[in-house]
Amino acid sequence: MLAKRIIPCLDVRDGRVVKGTNFVNIRDAGDPVELGKRYDEQNADELVFLDITASYEERGTTIKMVREVAKQIFIPFTVGGGIGSIDAIEKILKSGADKVSINTAAVQNPTIIKESSERFGSQCIVVAVDAKRSGDGWEVYTHGGRRPTGIDALRWMRKAQDLGAGEILLTSMDFDGTKAGYDIELHQATDKMLSIPVIASGGAGTLESIAEVLTKGRADAALAASIFHYGTYTVNDVKDYLEKQGVEVRR
Amino acid sequence: MMGILDYGAGNLASVKNAMDFLGYDTELVSDTRSLEASDCIIFPGVGSFGSMVDTLKERDMYNALHDHIMDGKPFLGICLGLQVLFEGSEESPGHKGFSILKGKATKFTEGKVPQIGWNKIEPKDGMMASGWAYYVNSYRIKSSEHVLATTDYYGEFVAAIKKDNITAFQFHPEKSGRYGLTLLGWWYDCLQKG
Repeated sequence: MLAKRIIPCLDVRDGRVVKGTNFVNIRDAGDPVELGKRYDEQNADELVFLDITASYEERGTTIKMVREVAKQIFIPFTVGGGIGSIDAIEKILKSGADKVSINTAAVQNPTIIKESSERFGSQCIVVAVDAKRSGDGWEVYTHGGRRPTGIDALRWMRKAQDLGAGEILLTSMDFDGTKAGYDIELHQATDKMLSIPVIASGGAGTLESIAEVLTKGRADAALAASIFHYGTYTVNDVKDYLEKQGVEVRR
Repeated sequence: MMGILDYGAGNLASVKNAMDFLGYDTELVSDTRSLEASDCIIFPGVGSFGSMVDTLKERDMYNALHDHIMDGKPFLGICLGLQVLFEGSEESPGHKGFSILKGKATKFTEGKVPQIGWNKIEPKDGMMASGWAYYVNSYRIKSSEHVLATTDYYGEFVAAIKKDNITAFQFHPEKSGRYGLTLLGWWYDCLQKG
């Protein structure tokens, strides 16, 4: 059976990793290739590069980074952040990324999911969803979590799947960054709704919370940033713990 | 010359990158003449079974590739490059595979489809090492007399096959980390030994 995946997320600006890392003996803490290799050595199952480059004009550096990563790291990697057109998706995939994740653009223009998945294959189209509790359900937020849309998150994820999304990257905004754990109810409701894999993001503060979202929350993968960057745990630490809980992981 | 078959679909950069990383010279092959000039061929198939067959035929590569294999030249198939060796696929009933091996690709009937992620490779003999490999597939060959390794996803299916000059993987060795690179190296070593 498939192993549950552990996915470090790296924030990148102008082709450089910008969030703090405390790897020892690292030559260049901002080098995405060097950091990616470290995570590969720790048995990361995939990598996500979240591009926070301010302007579209500067995206050339991102393309260069994608090419370098693809030449030296042989696990799947996803590039996300501000991707808004078929043209941009094609450029990133052609440069060697395995998947792109789209968020705001997909909400504004859902046909981009259909067009891109038909053209490049569902397996490389990840739809990222930022969801926040609202009444009895969850509401979709866009623009990096700043803008409420009034759209029901569960219905939106189902629509994204029907349009051809290959995976959902689901962030619970209520729990993101709080280290209080993942929103298990959101994940359980999502699991009932979808047949494509779900990557859980937001709230990976403790080993227990990661195990919980992968078991009770039925997520297929867990994405985390700060616990890895700040060295709280290595990917192997997380996998050791999961293995003890009876969760199958790749070693 | 070792050729990576570029039939105009999908991204071949990752296979090329992996071979470059291992220090093996490869060239992208995109016409029949260079296909015929290749001593061995790596064929990473992507997309749907039918579109793969159609594109190969449009480019006159279908027969040339079949001839390459039947001439006994080394062949490494990846993903759809494994399935094309068989009779066909449920995915595209009107399209025929090379029928070099018996059987048809059928769709997973349980679990999340496509299968996306890392799954375990269980070798059926001592030739191949065990490990975890990265999969992206909705269809699979359930069994083959030439099976080299299997994987379990709601039932056993063919992960790798080997028959004479043919080796093929259903998973993506070029995306399976150090284990995948080891397998590409193993295949290359087998070539050198003849």
